[in-house]
Amino acid sequence: MKSFLLSTALIALIAAPAYAGKAFISNERGNTITVLNTETWEVETEFFAGNRPRGITASPDGKVIYVCASDDNLVRVFDAKTYEELPSLPSGPDPELFILEPSGKRLYIANEDDNLVTVTDTETRTILAEVPVGVEPEGMGMSPDAKFVVNTSETTNMAHFISTEDYKIKHNILVDQRPRYAHYTADGKRLFVTSEIGGTVTVMDIAEDGAPTVVGKISFEVAGVQPEWLQPVGARVTSDGKRLFVALGPANRVAVVDAQSLEVLDYILVGQRVWQLDFTPDEQFLLTTNGNSNDITVIDVAKEKAIKSVQVGQQPWGVVTIE
Amino acid sequence: MRFWHASLLAAISSVMTAGSALAIDVKAAVLRIDYPTLLPISRYDLPPADLGFAGAALADEDNGTTGGFLGHTYETTTVAVSPEEADAAMAQILADGIKLVVILSRTEDLLRLTDQAAAAGALVFNARAADNALRDDACRGNLLHTAPSHGMMADAVAQFAVWKKWTDWFLISGSNPQDIALAEAYRKAARKFGAEIVEERSFEDTGGSRRTDSGHVLVQRQLPAFTQEAEEHDVVIAADETDYFARYLSYHLWTPRPVMGSGGLVPTTFHGAHEAYGATQYQTRFEELTGRYAKPEDYNVWLALRVVGEAVTRANTAAPDGVRDYAISDEFELAAFKGQKVTFRNWNGQLRQPVLLYDGTITVSVSPQDGFLHQTSPLDTMGLDRPESSCTAFE
Repeated sequence: MKSFLLSTALIALIAAPAYAGKAFISNERGNTITVLNTETWEVETEFFAGNRPRGITASPDGKVIYVCASDDNLVRVFDAKTYEELPSLPSGPDPELFILEPSGKRLYIANEDDNLVTVTDTETRTILAEVPVGVEPEGMGMSPDAKFVVNTSETTNMAHFISTEDYKIKHNILVDQRPRYAHYTADGKRLFVTSEIGGTVTVMDIAEDGAPTVVGKISFEVAGVQPEWLQPVGARVTSDGKRLFVALGPANRVAVVDAQSLEVLDYILVGQRVWQLDFTPDEQFLLTTNGNSNDITVIDVAKEKAIKSVQVGQQPWGVVTIE
Repeated sequence: MRFWHASLLAAISSVMTAGSALAIDVKAAVLRIDYPTLLPISRYDLPPADLGFAGAALADEDNGTTGGFLGHTYETTTVAVSPEEADAAMAQILADGIKLVVILSRTEDLLRLTDQAAAAGALVFNARAADNALRDDACRGNLLHTAPSHGMMADAVAQFAVWKKWTDWFLISGSNPQDIALAEAYRKAARKFGAEIVEERSFEDTGGSRRTDSGHVLVQRQLPAFTQEAEEHDVVIAADETDYFARYLSYHLWTPRPVMGSGGLVPTTFHGAHEAYGATQYQTRFEELTGRYAKPEDYNVWLALRVVGEAVTRANTAAPDGVRDYAISDEFELAAFKGQKVTFRNWNGQLRQPVLLYDGTITVSVSPQDGFLHQTSPLDTMGLDRPESSCTAFE
């Protein structure tokens, strides 16, 4: 019996596709992370992720998953292969969203309750700095050259540009009500900031020295959907800088935007209350977290069509993919 | 210490604003009239000493944090007075050069103080009075309302009842003028949304204490008798602005039915357990600062001062006219932890906003309900719509 079990396990190991990608979805209400195979779109497992997991990201090598366990006031860390919990990182109170610098060393965390951005060293697991920002910091973006981290404050309604050299705010840009997310293009020349209650995306061009200039604002309109429900939250832009995808919350749609002309091209119907997005590493698919239908929608990026939805845990919030 | 803090802020401001917008020092006041009243039915409803003022403290912090990046400072004076002292207190506020005043008072006092403020060119925010007339023929051009009206509250309840298909109502109203006014709002809401008042009774206010030791024994015998032999109904709607009987209705009815309105499921603008739409962050900030849960009055005052903050931040003005004009313009919008932007009705100065339906512990639902549509905003399905309001002060 024992040897039978062992051989089954061996077969399972051999049979598993060696390089199947994975998506990790944080379930805010379920207190779990759902692991999804991004080739078969099957749920592999779901494991305890701490209390009220929201922001989620992966180390650059894809070996470690970080999640903001908001009600535990820390960042929990998991092995991306075994799902074993590793030592946690200090985050400051009520961490909601964070961004890891490309080297994987410093994690910049928004602390909603304390009007702070906390900078945590992932290697020494110590707090390096606390940067005072506006009221209710949430969105975190990082310039590709890692020189600036952009934080959005939901009640102050600003994008704060924090230098990663001296942790000082260099620029403050006023945007529309309740900014939730900030995202740079891969070339670092453009920044998108979504405003959930304002219903807009503010577009900034970024100069060589990192200074922002507002160049436009994207609004949304869907026939049959009340304008109040067009609430931009998560955003992703393709690495060629051509397409911007914006999650529109209770409008249950992802907007497809020409990232150059800023024209809205299409709206893709997804699950209910769509908040965060992530591409698969090959950028073939875009995954959306739908908090009120407890599922994720898989969008074919080239075709700009939803191809599948997969049930995950309770109230999915964030998503990150690895190879 | 306070002086040092202020000068430090000023120093930071001058550095931050070099070459950008002008520094603005925003001064506002909250004037609260404390009326001699009986204690509320529930100890949970005892008014804290800093009622409303705590909302101002949070607003000053929130506005001040934002202002720190722009060279703006915010300072709000708070004054609590008896009705007799109110006019003098207002005169002092105006004499101190403060032109932005949030008032927590009843209708008549509010109107008199608002006119007193108008003579000095000041803008008033109503953070308490729910009287529909203030949004109708008694409106004032220098008066904006962050407090919802009776009409908005009644419509919020009516929409939920209709959504539930509880369209046959048993209306029980109090006997005081404010209860009768509220009952009228429920009658109007029933007509507006297709509910029918199949039975109506008035519960006489005979005075005396609201709470007595073991008083429930008597209540348990009285209320079933009072509510028996009513027409077949789906729900009891209570109109008790005075707060002397409605809280007792649940579980004491002759026919077992849900209670809504002044008892049971209550419409409110905010409560300390509201968590949706990011409100948890508001609650934790408020509790850390004040050491208690937020009350509707705190939220209304916070809203009023956040309106001022938005005008200062976005329109670079703290002048009464400037704030008013910006607030009622199409440019104005404010995130207020209610799931959608709140804006002002430019025909009567009322802040349009969702209304929470609260059972005493949690948010049960939020109105407007799905399916109640309006050509301008679903929020305008609640309260006086443009064609219904005879207010001309904003034209």
